[in-house]
Amino acid sequence: MKSIEAVNEFVIRFANVNGTGSASANAMFAKSIFRMGVPVSPKNIFPSNIQGLPTWYEVRVSEKNYLGRRGGVDITVAVNPQSMAQDMSDLNPGGFFIYDNTKALDLRLQRDDINLVGIPLTDICRREYTQARQRQLFKNVIYVGALAALLDIDFSVLKDLVGAQFKGKDKLVASNIHALELGYQYAQENFSCPLSIRLERRDLIGDRVMLEGNDALALGAVYGGATVVPWYPLTPSTSVIEGFEKYANRLRIDPGSGDRRFCVAQAEDELAAIGMVIGASWNGARAFTATSGPGLSLMAEFLGLAYFAEVPAVLFDIQRAGPSTGMPTRTQQSDIFAAAYASHGDSKHVLLIPADPKECFDMSADSFDLAERLQTPVIVMSDLDLGMNDNLCAPLEWDDNREYDRGKVLSAEDLDNMSERYGRYLDVDGDGICYRTLPGTHPDKGAFFTRGTSRNEYAVYTEFGDAYVKNMERLNAKMETAKSYVPGPVSYQAAKKTRDGVIFYGSSTDASLEALDLLAAQDLHLDALRLRAFPFSKEVTDFIDSHDRIFVVEQNRDGQMRKLLIIECDLNPKKLLSVVHYDGMPMTALGVSRHIAEILGKNNVTPLRKRKAGAKA
Amino acid sequence: MSYIRPSFRHPNAQANAKGYTREDYEGALSTLCAGCGHDSVSSAIIQSTFELSIEPHRVAKISGIGCSSKTPTYFLGKSHGFNSVHGRMPSVATGASMANRDLLYVGVSGDGDSASIGLGQFGHIARRNLNMSYIVENNGCYGLTKGQDSATTDIGSKSKKGEPNPYEPIDLCALALQLGATFVARSFSGDKDQLVPLIKAAMSHNGFAFIDVISPCVTFNNTAASSKGYEFVRDHMQATGKIDFVPVRSEITANYPAGFSEEITLHDGSVIHLYKDDKLDCTDRNSAMNAIAEFKDKGQVLTGLLYVDPDSSDFHKTQQTVSQPLCSLNENDLCPGARALGAINASLR
Repeated sequence: MKSIEAVNEFVIRFANVNGTGSASANAMFAKSIFRMGVPVSPKNIFPSNIQGLPTWYEVRVSEKNYLGRRGGVDITVAVNPQSMAQDMSDLNPGGFFIYDNTKALDLRLQRDDINLVGIPLTDICRREYTQARQRQLFKNVIYVGALAALLDIDFSVLKDLVGAQFKGKDKLVASNIHALELGYQYAQENFSCPLSIRLERRDLIGDRVMLEGNDALALGAVYGGATVVPWYPLTPSTSVIEGFEKYANRLRIDPGSGDRRFCVAQAEDELAAIGMVIGASWNGARAFTATSGPGLSLMAEFLGLAYFAEVPAVLFDIQRAGPSTGMPTRTQQSDIFAAAYASHGDSKHVLLIPADPKECFDMSADSFDLAERLQTPVIVMSDLDLGMNDNLCAPLEWDDNREYDRGKVLSAEDLDNMSERYGRYLDVDGDGICYRTLPGTHPDKGAFFTRGTSRNEYAVYTEFGDAYVKNMERLNAKMETAKSYVPGPVSYQAAKKTRDGVIFYGSSTDASLEALDLLAAQDLHLDALRLRAFPFSKEVTDFIDSHDRIFVVEQNRDGQMRKLLIIECDLNPKKLLSVVHYDGMPMTALGVSRHIAEILGKNNVTPLRKRKAGAKA
Repeated sequence: MSYIRPSFRHPNAQANAKGYTREDYEGALSTLCAGCGHDSVSSAIIQSTFELSIEPHRVAKISGIGCSSKTPTYFLGKSHGFNSVHGRMPSVATGASMANRDLLYVGVSGDGDSASIGLGQFGHIARRNLNMSYIVENNGCYGLTKGQDSATTDIGSKSKKGEPNPYEPIDLCALALQLGATFVARSFSGDKDQLVPLIKAAMSHNGFAFIDVISPCVTFNNTAASSKGYEFVRDHMQATGKIDFVPVRSEITANYPAGFSEEITLHDGSVIHLYKDDKLDCTDRNSAMNAIAEFKDKGQVLTGLLYVDPDSSDFHKTQQTVSQPLCSLNENDLCPGARALGAINASLR
C-alpha cells in the first residue's frame, strides 16, 4: 500500500460526539496551522442537537491557497464510535485513520488500503484524570497533542494558543499544556513521526485574518452605525446578533454615563423583529435583524410593506437547508427566490451577496447606506458555511473619513426653504427616489402618513388606477437606479480564449475558483463571473451576452439564481446550464469540476449527430 | 360620513400653552360610517393633546389594519403617522420608540387587530412596558369585512347577522394586567368626560398605558342583543370612579365633591384625581383583576382607571440606552474607527 504523501496540502476530518468539548480543541488545531503561515479552511459540520449526536470538523490545509472544500479525506481522527464505520469508508486510499485503540477496533472495520494509527486516548485519560468531565474534555486536547507530533506542528505555537485562550487562568493553561504533551509524547514514542502527510512552516498568510462571516457582519453593523437591533433566535443567524452585542458592549458604551448607544431587543418572533426594524428605520435610526429561511418566510408581509411604503430596512439572511425546518445546521443557498421576491404583489428587493468575511463586513456597513439611499429593504445573503465557519480573508478596513449616506432626508431648514408643496412620493430628481421626512422634524411642514395602501405623490390615500400605476412604475425606476448603486460583479478571465462562462456567488466561490483550475489542467477553459448583488447590473448581462454557454454554480436544487437571471435578464433558458450541489455540506471543488467537465465532454461530441426527439439528454 | 367639513372656527378660539389652537390637532375628514364610535375617540385624542399642550409634531401615530387603524389620519394632521400591517402595530411602535425616545407614541388598534391576529404582539409590548399610549377601539366585530364576530365579542352577543357568539371573549384589560402593563383603563367612546382624562393620564404615564375603549360599530354591531352596542354599554357600564387629570403645570382650581378619595402623582408630577368607591385600589394589580372579574360575573362592564403603577420605568431604562435619541447619533458617536479595527484585526490572527 502506498501512503499519501503531502506537505501542507491535505484534508483532515475529526469525527466527534456533540457536546464533548471537541470544538475548541479542533479550532485550536486549525489556528495552529494558520499561525504556522499555512492557509487553512475549517468547516464545522454539526447536528441540530446539544449533546450526543455525531459532529465533524473538516480542515482543508492548502499552501496553494485553496479555501473551499476539496472533496475526500486524507486523515481521519475518529473519536466517535457511532460514526466510525462511515468515517473509515470515507477515508481516501493511502490515508491515515487515527483512532482510540483502548478497545480493539471492531473486526468488521477492515480496510487494507489505509494506515491505522491507534492512540489509547481513553486509557491515558483514565490514568491521568479522576473526574468524568475532565476525562472527556482532555481527550480532545490529547489528540491535538498527538497530531502535533504526527504532522509536525510547532509545539510552541500550540502553547501560545493555549496561553491566549486561558489568559489569566494559569491552572487551566498548565493542565491543557500537560494534556497536549501527553499526546505528543505518546505519538513520538510509538510512531515514526512525522507521517508522510505533514506540515512545514511557511509565510503564506500575509496580513490576512481568520473569522466567522457572522462575526464580520456584526462588526460591519457596529461600524455602519446600526443602533436598533431586534431579533429572534434562529440557527445559523443567532451569532450575528451575539456578535453585535459583544462588540457594541466593548465599543459603543457612552463614556460619561456608561449607557448604551444601541438597543438589542429579543423579539417575540421574526415578524416582530422585522416590524421593529421598519419602525426604527422609519424614525431615522439604522436598524437591522438577522434570520434564516424560516424567519425570512415570516417576514415576507413586512418586507412588502417596506418596499411599497419605501422604508429602509436591513436584513441579514444566513441561509440554511430548507424547505421548512429542513436541515437547520446544514448550509445552502436556497433563499434566493424567497428573498428577491419576498411578499405578495409585485415586490422586489435588493440583495447583497458576500463571499468572505471581509465582504461580509463591507456589505454589512454598506447595506445601511444603500437601504437609506434607496429607501427600501436590503437583504444580505450569507449562509451557514460562510457565517459559522472560520474563514481566511484580507484584514477588515475602515476609512475614518467615511460619512454615513443617510439618503434623501429633508431637514427642518430644507422644508422651510421649499417653495413648492412637499410630496413624499414625488420623483423630483427623476431617479425614482423621493425625499422623506422623519417624525418630529418640523412643527407644521413635511408630516405625512406612511401606509401600505396605495396613495398619490402627496401620500394621500387613493384608489385611482392611474396614480397607482404611476407609483408602481416609479418603484421599478428606483430598482433600475439601484443597479448603479449595488456592488458590481467580479470577473475572472480564463488563460485561453473561450466561449464558455461560469457564474457563481457567495460561499460557492472558493470551490468554483479551484474547480476552474482543475478544469484548466484538463485544458478546459472558462471565464467566470462572481455575482455580488441583485438587481443585476449591465456587467452581468454583458458577460452572459459575450459567451455561448453559461454554467451557473450554486447550492440549491432548483438552480434559483439561474432562473432569476433568466427571468430578470430575459434570457434563453437553454443558454444557462445548472450546476448544483445541495446535500447540506459545502460544495467541493472536485464535485463542481467533474460536473462541468462531464457536460463539456458530452457537448463536445453531441453536435455531430442530432439526437432523436424525446431521447434523454 | 360627511363630505364637507365646515371651515368655520370660533374667532376667539383659545390657544394652549404652546400657542396651538384646537384646529392644529385636527386631521383629515373621517371616512368612517356616520355615528361610528371611533370618531369620538379621535375627537377625544384631539382634545387631550390640545389640553396637554403637546406639540403636534412631537407625536407619532401608529396603527395596524382595520377601521380603528384608519383613524390616525383623522386626528393630529401635523404628526407623522404609520398605518402598518394587520396586528403588528406593537412591533413598529417598539422599533420607533427604540429609535427615538423623545417622541410621544400613540398606538391605535382594534379588537381584531389586537385580540386576534395581533394578540401575540399585544402581549409582548405589554411585557416590554414600552413607553406609549395604546388605545384599542373595541367594537366586538370586524367592521371592514362586514361584521364578523371578533375575539372580544361576548358569549351570546348577537350582531346584525343575528347569530349568538358561542366563544369565550378575550378581555384585553385583564390580559394587559396579567402581562405586566403599568397603566390599564377601560372606557366608552360615548363618555368623553371619562375618556379625555384617561387619555391625558395615559399620555403622561411613563411606560405602557393601555386603554380599552368600547366603541360601538353602528353599522354591524349596534343591535339590541349586542353587548357592544350603545344601549347595552350605557345600561351596564359601571365606573371605577370619577376621574380628573391635572397636568403638573396647572393649578388645581376645581372644587372636588364629597367622595374624593385618592390622588396618584405620576413621574412627571402630574396628578390623577380619583373619586371612587372603596373597593378598588388602583395601584394594586390584583385588586384590579378581581374587580374586572367581579363585574363581569354581574354582567356589567367596569370602566375607568383600573390600575396604574406611578413609579413605572420604561423599556429604555431596562435597556440602559443613552438619554439622547438613538436616531440622533452620528458617525462620531457610533463608529469605533480604523484604529479600533486594527486592534480587532490583530486579535483575529
